[in-house]
Amino acid sequence: MAKSGANAGQPVSIVDRSVGQALGDFVTQTLAVAAAEVQKLYHDPLELLTRAVQPVLWLMLFGEVMARVRGVAPGNIPYLDFLAAGILAQSALFVAIFYGISAIWEHDLGVLQRYLVSPAPRSALVLGKALSAGVRALSQALIVYVLALILGVGINLNPLNILGVAAAIVLGSALFATLSLIIACVVKTRERFMGIGQVLTMPIFFASNAIYPLSLMPDWLRAVAHVNPLTYEVDALRALMLVNGTSDYGLLLDFGVLLVATAVLTTIAARMYGRMGY
Amino acid sequence: MPGDQATAPIVTIALQAFALTRKFGDLTAVNEVTLTINQGEIFGLIGPNGAGKSTLIKMLTTLLPPTSGSATVAGYDIVSQPAEVRRHIGYVPQLLSADGSLTGFENMKLSAGLYGIPRADRKERITRALARMGLSEVAHHVAGHYSGGMIRRLEIAQSLLHRPPVLFLDEPTVGLDPGARETVWERVLDLRDRFNRTMIVTSHHMDEIDKFCDRIALIDRGRIVAIGTPTELKARVGPGATLDDVFIQLVAATSETETEGNYGEVRRERRSASEHS
Repeated sequence: MAKSGANAGQPVSIVDRSVGQALGDFVTQTLAVAAAEVQKLYHDPLELLTRAVQPVLWLMLFGEVMARVRGVAPGNIPYLDFLAAGILAQSALFVAIFYGISAIWEHDLGVLQRYLVSPAPRSALVLGKALSAGVRALSQALIVYVLALILGVGINLNPLNILGVAAAIVLGSALFATLSLIIACVVKTRERFMGIGQVLTMPIFFASNAIYPLSLMPDWLRAVAHVNPLTYEVDALRALMLVNGTSDYGLLLDFGVLLVATAVLTTIAARMYGRMGY
Repeated sequence: MPGDQATAPIVTIALQAFALTRKFGDLTAVNEVTLTINQGEIFGLIGPNGAGKSTLIKMLTTLLPPTSGSATVAGYDIVSQPAEVRRHIGYVPQLLSADGSLTGFENMKLSAGLYGIPRADRKERITRALARMGLSEVAHHVAGHYSGGMIRRLEIAQSLLHRPPVLFLDEPTVGLDPGARETVWERVLDLRDRFNRTMIVTSHHMDEIDKFCDRIALIDRGRIVAIGTPTELKARVGPGATLDDVFIQLVAATSETETEGNYGEVRRERRSASEHS
């Protein structure tokens, strides 16, 4: 985006706004977008409950059966514990990956135009949406935590660990919500999006360490899983959420991958989001 | 005509377009539009569906970059200073732009945040703006339950919260009953009279345009085919002519336009109309 310098004859205005103020505005704008999304949840909380069904099924049906299979759990923790972290990441992923559909919906309605004619940078809009996906996912996390405690999973309730889990969830959801937004900008219709969303969720989920360790995978699949950000989210969650949890890659790398990927995707999405107003 | 008094108001230019053009492939949606609109004017844009009104407004509101030509809005260049333009305009899209799953107040809060209105002033400004649009009683109801006229007024209130000197209203009365249309126009006139805001309005209701606009541009196939006050335009057609006559006479007989996106426009218009009622 081209920026011209001080033009003679222009009304005296906020062209020379300080960097600090611009940054403050950016945060305000991002939070305004996120807050609106959270308020929507507050008006219609039923959505959260319906979304809770899936993790319940995974843990209680899939989890209980797979726990009897020898060799799936990687030694130091029971399979259900291992799975709980993966399902937490999965439920956050499922919330986030269909996020783009709301952007298409808003475009078709006209709400998007309201966002785009505002002075908020496109990146603030994208980030606000991404953050709100994170907040939605946090409500899922609460459900998975309660369920896991009932099922006797060894949950680490140290406040710092819970905070770490929250950070990983928000970051991971923001990442996939932004990816979803990019897809929405490309496909532009809800029908096409639904198809692609389904096709995308499966490989992201199965080509990761969410429900089985990477050591069980053939080499080629393990290579794919290693570049899948979900693997790093699950790794961080496993380390932070479980009593005996350990990280395979180290929390620094886990969070680093999530941060960098989110930043890159946000930059791309911000460019494409503006063009949705055409 | 302003300027009779000793302290004549200084007429400043709110909007200036020069040879503004937008092409979509082979189709020239807006073709070298040159236009000046003064501060405080209520300016009507009329023309058949697919004439290029919406494309023109999209360029002037920085949603769509022009293919060629230039324009300034509120003194800022739409291409090189889009952020500044956005800071100084309000835009009420033809489509439903208020969020039906938020309350009126929450919709306003979202706008306040997007426009960086200081936190300390927010509540007061929102409350006052809602009151001015006659929405105080329903401020905390979900906008999805509003009537069409209430939603439009909410959208106008949202677009005005940052006090922009220039306001774009794309079909503000589409799908509204006569009473609601009247109320919307009353508020628009009130805003102009009290704050000297410039309004650029599109509408298919010629009676409204005739009654409320200071000047009009008739757009057909991407070009301005006539521009002037309602009285001037009617005089061009003949004595006793209405603005409907102007429209029919000056829009080329061949212009049963089948430009791309027309179906979409009709579909949206109908849908937004039905959702507003």
